[in-house]
Amino acid sequence: MIFWKLFLSFCKIGIVNFGGGYAMIALIQHEVVEKNNWLTLQEFTDIVATSQMTPGPIGINVATYTGYTAVLNEGYAEWMAVVGAFLASFAVILLPFLLMLLVTAFLMRYRHHKRVEDVLKTVRVAVVGLIAAAALLLLTPENFGSWHQNPLQLLCSVAIFTVTFVASSRFKVSPILLIVVCGAAGALLYGL
Amino acid sequence: MKILQLFWSFFKIGAFTIGGGYAMIPLMEKELVSRRQWIDKEEFLDILSLSQAMPGIFAVNMATNIGFRLRGIAGAVVSVAGNVMMPILIILCWAAFFHYFRDNTIVDACFKGIRPAVAALIAAPVFKMCKTANITWRNLWIPVAAALLIWGLGISPVWVIVVAGIAGFLYGYLTDRKEAKR
Repeated sequence: MIFWKLFLSFCKIGIVNFGGGYAMIALIQHEVVEKNNWLTLQEFTDIVATSQMTPGPIGINVATYTGYTAVLNEGYAEWMAVVGAFLASFAVILLPFLLMLLVTAFLMRYRHHKRVEDVLKTVRVAVVGLIAAAALLLLTPENFGSWHQNPLQLLCSVAIFTVTFVASSRFKVSPILLIVVCGAAGALLYGL
Repeated sequence: MKILQLFWSFFKIGAFTIGGGYAMIPLMEKELVSRRQWIDKEEFLDILSLSQAMPGIFAVNMATNIGFRLRGIAGAVVSVAGNVMMPILIILCWAAFFHYFRDNTIVDACFKGIRPAVAALIAAPVFKMCKTANITWRNLWIPVAAALLIWGLGISPVWVIVVAGIAGFLYGYLTDRKEAKR
């Protein structure tokens, strides 16, 4: 049952998400692309790009999009897909929301407890690996073009990757601007 | 303060910040601390660090905590709903509309250019994060192993997080006990 599966997957993604939107990408990718095949890797990359240019956290944006698309691909009507979109967005919020209520109401004073900090310290270290994995998982022939079929696209992709990486990490250029520029470059390179 | 005001404030915060949760911080501070004066600056920073430490989506955690402090459970529900309303509606429109345009050659060409950039945007903060997460030569193997397990072996990141949490707990417990013995 697609609705139940969506609900469970996004509950899981919500509750184990530590360390921000980028850390969530590896989690979502694993559930949505690899395990359940709800989106192709290309669709997934596209929605990550879109969520950088639209309001709201990446987690909510991807949940909404996946809920809609997964239900539609199962052959349901469009209004059912809208239900799927709301369900997935609700699921990704649900458990952290309940936990946060619990903590705000009762556990505020344990926040600086030594054991809590031990756990968070190690998780934060591992999360850096999660983000690295998210980036590595996107370096595929589907996203970059393959050497055999389209060497020119691969070369352009590597150039785009390098320029974006340097512009973002060294010169702190805004991600929105970079995505718009790369989209325009894509239109010029491949569209004409 | 009316519950409707709370909804409206978080609606604005959610609707007008592009680029993820952390981009919301300045707007949240302006709206909740300076303009409405619902919470003071120190409280705000406290909630901020808690929201970063807790699992889930950062902006939603902020909304939950602040909404609950101000108007109880109803306040929390209303704040979160307001915060995610616009993002959900916008992506819904995008999803409904994108199905018709995906096969357009120009749209396809744009995304061919964007995809490598997305990988670069995610990779870019990794090295900077090594500093904020206190990664040293001694614990560098942890993120490297995590990345290899997920990327190379297809292990679920869920397990990586769970194991890291348990290991952190045990390590802290055992080193404390060793010190206590001494």
